[in-house]
Amino acid sequence: MEGEILRGRVFKYGDSIDTDVIIPARYCTSYHPEELAPHCLEDLDATFAGRVKPGDIIVAGHNFGCGSSRENAPIAIRGAGVSCVIARSFARIFYRNSINIGLPILIAPDAVDGIEDGDEIEVDPTTGTIRNLTRDGSWQAAPFPPEVQEIIQAGGLVGYVRKKLSS
Amino acid sequence: MTLAEKILAIHSGRDSVRPGDMVMARVDMVLGTDVTVPLSVEVFRQMGAGKVFDTEKIALVNDHFVPAKDVKAATLSKIMREFAREQGVEHYFEVGRSGICHSLLPDKGLVRPGELVVGADSHTCTYGALGAFATGIGSTDMACAWALGELWFRVPESLKVVVEGNFQPRVGPKDLILSVINRLGVDGALYQAIEFTGGAISRMRMDGRFTVCNMAIEAGAKTGLIAPDEVTMGYVDQISPPTPPCNNRGGKGGRPPLGPTLLRSGGDLSSDPDAVYSQVLEVDVSDLEPQVAEPYLPSNGRPVCEVEGVRMDQVVIGSCTNGRLDDFRAAADVMGDRPVHPDVRLIIIPATPGIIRAMLEEHLVERFIKAGAVLSPPTCGPCIGGHMGVLAEGEIGLFTTNRNFRGRNGHPDSKVYLSGPEVAAASAVAGRITDPRGF
Repeated sequence: MEGEILRGRVFKYGDSIDTDVIIPARYCTSYHPEELAPHCLEDLDATFAGRVKPGDIIVAGHNFGCGSSRENAPIAIRGAGVSCVIARSFARIFYRNSINIGLPILIAPDAVDGIEDGDEIEVDPTTGTIRNLTRDGSWQAAPFPPEVQEIIQAGGLVGYVRKKLSS
Repeated sequence: MTLAEKILAIHSGRDSVRPGDMVMARVDMVLGTDVTVPLSVEVFRQMGAGKVFDTEKIALVNDHFVPAKDVKAATLSKIMREFAREQGVEHYFEVGRSGICHSLLPDKGLVRPGELVVGADSHTCTYGALGAFATGIGSTDMACAWALGELWFRVPESLKVVVEGNFQPRVGPKDLILSVINRLGVDGALYQAIEFTGGAISRMRMDGRFTVCNMAIEAGAKTGLIAPDEVTMGYVDQISPPTPPCNNRGGKGGRPPLGPTLLRSGGDLSSDPDAVYSQVLEVDVSDLEPQVAEPYLPSNGRPVCEVEGVRMDQVVIGSCTNGRLDDFRAAADVMGDRPVHPDVRLIIIPATPGIIRAMLEEHLVERFIKAGAVLSPPTCGPCIGGHMGVLAEGEIGLFTTNRNFRGRNGHPDSKVYLSGPEVAAASAVAGRITDPRGF
């Protein structure tokens, strides 16, 4: 992830986007990204899966990912090609799951205010810098605690545990 | 320190911790279900871990899509079953001996006061009713916990909810928690531990305490806890010695009645007088009316009088929130000898085989069947729109479950209202949302 600049079109949604609309339980008999992605957000925005392109970015309000512990939610989002999620705040299990699987997430309330649906934005997940390319604006996301950085640096929790088991 | 801070300090080998601290902490129990375990098994292998850290500290529970609803669901259970056998996991629960995890584990004596419990299910916070620190995690976290026996935690701020007064008849724990979530909002306790205390909590039975702590997550909380007292210890003593593991492979069976944490802390599992809280919420339940949460958020709770009259197609009494013996007693009491309304499907889902046995002894099963309800095997089923009562387009349900997000319980244009068992029972008879008081 380090050094990689993410660039994409924004899909903007509101507060409390829950895991049931991110990926309904009826599809959670699978945890494979290619099976989940076509149904990502379908109960909220039936057009999402058809419109989203690799690299696109979700921007949302408070409490993104609330509800279930299903890791299928960030897997579906990543599987759909989304490169990053920016929100005012994240529900805690979704936050952990995203860090663990290596989906970049950023907490940046000011950025959410300054970005509209369809805008083109650029994100540096390492530094947390967010730039709006469609209209003026650049913002800084809240930094991750060092312990979380360590997991991010390892590419997710799998890499982190492998390192720990071999040391 | 608060109770939550004390438990995290003990499990991370520190004298004290403060909110915001990041700690690596040893876990006492790791719970997984048919819907979350298979991905963990895959991740566990990717991590290069050979054996789980402790075969007695892992519980694998068939509950979400069981008895298997289709081939894919059957495959999920199969992966979990094979993993349990391969690793020699003591607490694997097979269909017939299994139940909804958050009722099953306490009833099997697998969670005790002062323990640190993680579960790949968001309602793991239920065990806080026993004075444990219990929180939901995802599948990758669970694989990590299986491999290392420890996980990273951010020490949460604690939020105190002081509950005083006496409930009116046919108003209870679910009405309390729906009104608390309404006051806090769906993220009002985000990342925090909610500690429930006060006279009304002291007087509450364990079944009700589980209901209250179960829904802490619906306010965004990391966990909900109640400090252990006589009621808690009475429950723990009654369970002990725990029943032997149901896999009949000659496991060591029960563990000692008191958790090692409780012993090490000298039995002091209460918050210190100078403990710091982010917020203190005071609630008097004396005037609390029966609550109903409107679609599509559990925080949309309002007094039943404001939604009275809404017609419904299906009523579900069950789930990890309200599928316990006291819930069915309360529902049967409200229904009396009256039949289910002709236009309503009433689905009764006891959470565990033990609850079914107790219901048989008290003739509750007989009464529900006579009234025209259907009895489902223990499963999460309709609570997650899985099976055993999924809603069609435009249908309306009244469920005693915990979430009513759009599409959760069936078609995206179906609607679910949430309530306690008393409102659900009265409404099932009347065919529309009804106040159970004086019904």
